[in-house]
Amino acid sequence: MSFAAQVIDLEKDYMLGSVPVRALRGVSIDFPHGDFVAIMGSSGSGKSTLLNLLGALDRPTRGNYLIGDRDVSRMTDDELSEIRNERIGFIFQSYNLIPQYTVLENIEVPLHYRSGYPTIGQVEQSRIMELADLVGLGDRMDHRPFQLSGGQQQRVAIARALVNDPQIILADEPTGNLDSKTEEEIMETLLRLNREGRTIIMVTHETSVAKLAKRQVYMKDGVIAGEGVFPG
Amino acid sequence: MPNLMRTVQLALKSLMLHKLRSGLTMLGIVFGVFSVIAMLAIGEGASQQAQQQVLQLGATNIIVRSVKPPRETASQQTANSFVLRYGLKRADFDLLSKTIPTVMQAVPIRELVKACRFLHREMNCRIVGCSPEYTDMNHLELAQGRFISDKDRREKTNVCVLASGTADELFQYEDPLGQSVKVADRRYKVVGVTRAREASAAIGGSLSGQDYNQDIYIPLETMRVRMGDLDIDRRQGSFSAEEVQLNQITLRISDIGQVMSTADVIRETLERTHRNGKDYSVVVPQELLKQAEQIRTIFNVVLGSIAAISLVVGGIGIMNIMLATVTERTREIGIRRALGAKQQDITMQFLTETIVLAGSGGVIGVVLGLATPLVFQLLKVLAERFFFDSGGASEFSEMFANLSPQVVPSSLPLAFGISVGIGVMFGLYPARSAARLDPIEALRHE
Repeated sequence: MSFAAQVIDLEKDYMLGSVPVRALRGVSIDFPHGDFVAIMGSSGSGKSTLLNLLGALDRPTRGNYLIGDRDVSRMTDDELSEIRNERIGFIFQSYNLIPQYTVLENIEVPLHYRSGYPTIGQVEQSRIMELADLVGLGDRMDHRPFQLSGGQQQRVAIARALVNDPQIILADEPTGNLDSKTEEEIMETLLRLNREGRTIIMVTHETSVAKLAKRQVYMKDGVIAGEGVFPG
Repeated sequence: MPNLMRTVQLALKSLMLHKLRSGLTMLGIVFGVFSVIAMLAIGEGASQQAQQQVLQLGATNIIVRSVKPPRETASQQTANSFVLRYGLKRADFDLLSKTIPTVMQAVPIRELVKACRFLHREMNCRIVGCSPEYTDMNHLELAQGRFISDKDRREKTNVCVLASGTADELFQYEDPLGQSVKVADRRYKVVGVTRAREASAAIGGSLSGQDYNQDIYIPLETMRVRMGDLDIDRRQGSFSAEEVQLNQITLRISDIGQVMSTADVIRETLERTHRNGKDYSVVVPQELLKQAEQIRTIFNVVLGSIAAISLVVGGIGIMNIMLATVTERTREIGIRRALGAKQQDITMQFLTETIVLAGSGGVIGVVLGLATPLVFQLLKVLAERFFFDSGGASEFSEMFANLSPQVVPSSLPLAFGISVGIGVMFGLYPARSAARLDPIEALRHE
């Protein structure tokens, strides 16, 4: 069976001041293609560290992390950048749009960092329009982030995450800053993407949101404490 | 490398976000570049001024002038006489003009200041006893009539040529030609009037400035016969007499390459005939030209360094702002890194921003620099109105007024290049520190 991503005995130590912290103590988890996983856990459980590693923003101290067939754990900084650009789409709790850019320009950003720096052509233009329509912002392309509501900003972020057609979408509390109605809309969009075959890994502490995923992973003290839907 | 056009656009966009801040930061570079160009332009102007003065003296000329010896030697020499004898002799003239083969032409001059009058109008003029070549050597042109001729010299006629200033003063309503001017109880018929000529400025102490507009020219031989070599000055309670045969000998050398060696020969020759003290000076315009070049180089280096300091200060200002910008935009850097930007991309982004900032400052500075002569002109007008209007022209204001800056063409690309260089130099550190930020930390930054 081929996996979208595979985590094998991952460990991460770091120094907090002069105190060594073992943030991950051996995490193994497989993400098959088309998976939708919600990672849950209290703060300090290691879920943020895991997400950073999954997002190729950091390298593990020990263990392996495979995206498709490539081992990310020993890559150089430049290679990590490439992996993030090509294979991973990020969705953040606080949207993280670039404030001086319009919606269109924000969606374009990952295109600028593709390897070889190709120029943005007709194909990319139409893809951007397609994505904007998909998230329902086709008529707001020249707006700036501050002119949009939270839900709209998050949808721009989703379009941005999709522009390079990544295998994995990493969502860090995607609905954390949104009201329940908007939350529903965003989750609807993510579910649709998942139905279209994309692998989604989402960190959340809201059970209602987590329930919508195909499976739930609970973390505690740097290890996976359990899997499955935990009601309440 | 990322698309250059796009990177520049991006940089402009980020800079336009903080127009005032970018503008103020740029100002440091603007003034730096402007001052580099302006300083070099002023230096160039000063040097051209000096060159022009020297060229007016003639590059192939050597000027030998009589100099009144210092008081002590003078008193020894004339212990038993009221008359102070010094300076060049007619024998010197013969010696120099006949024994040195490279001397093509030699023109002797005798000068005296005397009161001249026409009807009731009187003024003190410099009476110059000279030969026909005088006009040629001093770039004088005639407005009316003729200059002194060889015939005048031979026949020792009582004729004179007035300088324009003298003519205007003595002949306010009359045509001077054919009239007579009275100098020291004798009348001289006016045969010509010269055109006004700019006064030559003094050069570094070796030659005093000359105002050619208050002169009266008469044949040298006439002068010798009518006035003699003795100049007696009687004033209330004092009496002094000087005996000078010639005040100046201007020698024209046949070949420009021979000027320096001929000057040495002249110096040696005169040293032998003037054993009782140095009562003459040898001025070689070509030497002055060389000195002027040296002074110009020093001048340019000093001025350029001062200007360069202001550029460096501007660069530090840019670095300061860029460091602040990097801190302020830490989150943006984190976002870009998460979306796939390599360290090198971030470096390029911030470096380009700095270079665009410094470069635009450079362009504005160059434009301002081109306007240096205009700015200087304006300053001159203002300065004359507010500072130098009282108490006449000081030496400084005169120098200031004569100076006209010349923008050195090569200084424009130079100054612009330096500004871009400053951008690279002072932009590299902030850009590198931006690129080295940990993406996770940067994303978490509030």
